[in-house]
Amino acid sequence: MSADVELNDVWIKFGDFVAARDVNITIEGGEFFSFLGPSGCGKTTLLRAVSGFLEPSQGTIKIGGQNMAGIGPNKRPTALIFQNLALFPLMAVWENIAFALEVRGMGKAARRKKADELLELIALPGQGDKLVHELSGGQKQRVAIARALAAEPEVLLLDEPLSALDLKLRQHMRTELRAIQQRVGITFIYITHDQGEALTMSDQVAVMREGIIEQVGDGNNIYDHPATSFVASFVGENNLFRGRITGIDGDYAMVDTNVGPLKARMTKTNGEVPLKFNDDAFVFVRPESLKFANGVNYENTVRARIAHQEFEGHFWQVYLDVAQAEKRISMSLVNDGQELGHETGSEVTLGFTPDLAVALPEGPLAAGE
Amino acid sequence: MIADRVRKFFVIGFVIVFFSYLFGPLLLMSVSAFNSSAFPRVSPFECFTVEWFAVLAQDATLMEGLRNSLFIGFGVVLIAVPMGLAGALMLTQVNPRVRPWYYTVVISPILIPGVVLGISTLVFWDRLGTMFGASYDSIFYDGIFLTIVGQSTFIAAYAMLVFISRLQRFDTAQEEAALDLGATNVQAFRKVLLPFLKPAIGSAAVLAFLASFENYNTTVFTIVSESTLTTVLASKVRYGINPSISALAVVIVVLTLVGAVFYEILQRREAAAAKASEAVARGETATRAQQAALYADPAVIIALLVFIAGFGTVYFAGTLGVDECKVAVKEEKQRLARERTKMRQSLEMFKGAAPGVQTAPATTAPKVRAKGTEGYENVFAPSNLEETVDSDSPAQQKQQEQPEEKVESPGKSQFQNIFDPANLQQQSGSGGTN
Ligand SMILES: Nc1ncnc2c1ncn2[C@@H]1O[C@H](COP(=O)(O)OP(=O)(O)OP(=O)(O)O)[C@@H](O)[C@H]1O
Ligand SMILES: [Mg+2]
Repeated sequence: MSADVELNDVWIKFGDFVAARDVNITIEGGEFFSFLGPSGCGKTTLLRAVSGFLEPSQGTIKIGGQNMAGIGPNKRPTALIFQNLALFPLMAVWENIAFALEVRGMGKAARRKKADELLELIALPGQGDKLVHELSGGQKQRVAIARALAAEPEVLLLDEPLSALDLKLRQHMRTELRAIQQRVGITFIYITHDQGEALTMSDQVAVMREGIIEQVGDGNNIYDHPATSFVASFVGENNLFRGRITGIDGDYAMVDTNVGPLKARMTKTNGEVPLKFNDDAFVFVRPESLKFANGVNYENTVRARIAHQEFEGHFWQVYLDVAQAEKRISMSLVNDGQELGHETGSEVTLGFTPDLAVALPEGPLAAGE
Repeated sequence: MIADRVRKFFVIGFVIVFFSYLFGPLLLMSVSAFNSSAFPRVSPFECFTVEWFAVLAQDATLMEGLRNSLFIGFGVVLIAVPMGLAGALMLTQVNPRVRPWYYTVVISPILIPGVVLGISTLVFWDRLGTMFGASYDSIFYDGIFLTIVGQSTFIAAYAMLVFISRLQRFDTAQEEAALDLGATNVQAFRKVLLPFLKPAIGSAAVLAFLASFENYNTTVFTIVSESTLTTVLASKVRYGINPSISALAVVIVVLTLVGAVFYEILQRREAAAAKASEAVARGETATRAQQAALYADPAVIIALLVFIAGFGTVYFAGTLGVDECKVAVKEEKQRLARERTKMRQSLEMFKGAAPGVQTAPATTAPKVRAKGTEGYENVFAPSNLEETVDSDSPAQQKQQEQPEEKVESPGKSQFQNIFDPANLQQQSGSGGTN
């Protein structure tokens, strides 16, 4: 069983502090939905509202079409995997897993049987009698997942369940989580501040900033068609040029930037372009979209000097200084067996097509941009 | 170099002074429990005896007090521990802004003098009893009940402190996880929080029991016509004590020591088990050495040795020569008394006139005492001296023999009368001149 989750005009306030601001989201049943955002943006808070640990100050939350107002966490068809797991340290592994069954009054033998099945599912067969502290970090993580699944929730809520793991294990657990989700077929709401995680696993991603949902869409959409400057700067690497709109041409904007005039595509919201003449604007170009002009006639060109280059195996990472630009820009070039052809320190011309650049209204950027 | 040595000297000196300060009184008291002398003291050490333990066991009022104390202790545990737990849980639930106020209020019984708590308990229940028109043998006037209630008021606050410190280490996410998995509030409490609090419940119970057991200030008011160990002891001290009190102290000290050792062993066992299971988790096997370490703890070994030595001594001393020793002491005392009488008689004869007699004993007494001869204090108690001076020798003889007979039979209860308060004061007065 899976249920869809709907948040309508949800506001959550702690005193004067607004942790969630007018959140509107619809999550389809059986979907893998991710919340992506920097630390402190309100992801956990939203999840706690969905699982029933706090009531929204305003707005409604519906699960499976039913309004959840006034329904406690133990009555909701959700199970939450806590950011710190919150396993019961005084219980054996199998008792942890079977806790949801125990409180429903299931007999011990049946509980044990179910726990053993779930231990198979999470690839920890025969480990049921261990104590929690005897498990490794990744094993604990899996036990937490099994414990939540044992409750047979319609919606599984996961609060950065992989954050404590090392890279290798995290990648392994990603595939495993996705596989589990497809096997049990329930709705997953997944929280992360790791964009790789969000983009690879999710059907839909919501990018959050300071309690606001900046954009909802699938991974491609978020990456290629960012709706705001925050999304553009937070998701993936991006080079930024500041400027002002000098003209609008259909879906394209002419922007007079500090490195010269650039033409860039705009992301439409509700069929409208977000910019008009004389607006302050940002132009974002991804490192992999930049090319050495090498005599080819590009619509957009930027003069730059190579400051530094790194060979990363399957690609080259090149850092360049641009006069008038406040930040060094970067480009990555696929390693096709050819020499790069330019020395460090040499002046080069970079080119890119308007379709690979995005013009967005000036706005907040991700930290570090 | 020299500074080093000086520092070392002072450190060692301080340690010695500190530990004598801590354990000196206990040690002296323990030794006096085995001295056949009728007054609890270490020197002169007359005969080694365990008879005071028998006296203790036969002391009906003391035993009655002890029984009441135990009963009250358990009663207090039953009331104060749940109350303390409730108070501590409440603290985690109240609004953070109200929390300091709440804390101050519930902790205040600790700060209020026990005497005040005792009196207020008494007054409160008396008013309540009057309101309901209860008779004097109803629960409103029952000393045991009032004492349990009165002590619980502040012992619950102690218990609460224990629970608060444990609760501070509780990860509330665990409780939320339980709720999230469908547990009711009661289930979450019973299956998650309560097991976590178990060690604290044990500690709070022990603490509550001990606090109740040793309480006097409150109890002395709330106990009304009943008695507890502390009130019995207090009245004994007022009306004359004998070494059975020391014997009681020894029993308590030994029980405490046994408890401490057991607790230590349990703790170590738990720690070792945890370590072993961690080792198993890492793929190692628990080694014998780890388990052996448990029994090799110096504190445990020392405590065991002390026990064995103590009980061994008591056993052998109990079977060998106590009576012979006492007879010898008695004979020695009688001999000294006779000598003294003779000496005095000869002095009287020598001096003849009454005015001179007044000063004579005073000059001889310190000399005799200075030799450190045993068994002198009773004989030379100022009251004895006065009587000796004022009366004739037959009365004086009688007076001197009386204490010696008492020494012979510490088990007899009539003995206690000899130490009326006046006597006691004089004793300590004469001891002070030593
Ligand atoms: N109970 C609370 N009272 C007051 N403020 C709170 C409370 N809970 C959370 N906040 C605030 O709400 C904001 C969002 O917190 P939240 O835990 O949802 O962040 P998050 O997105 O999950 O961050 P992280 O990635 O670090 O877990 C933070 O600024 C936090 O300080
Ligand atoms: Mg969080």
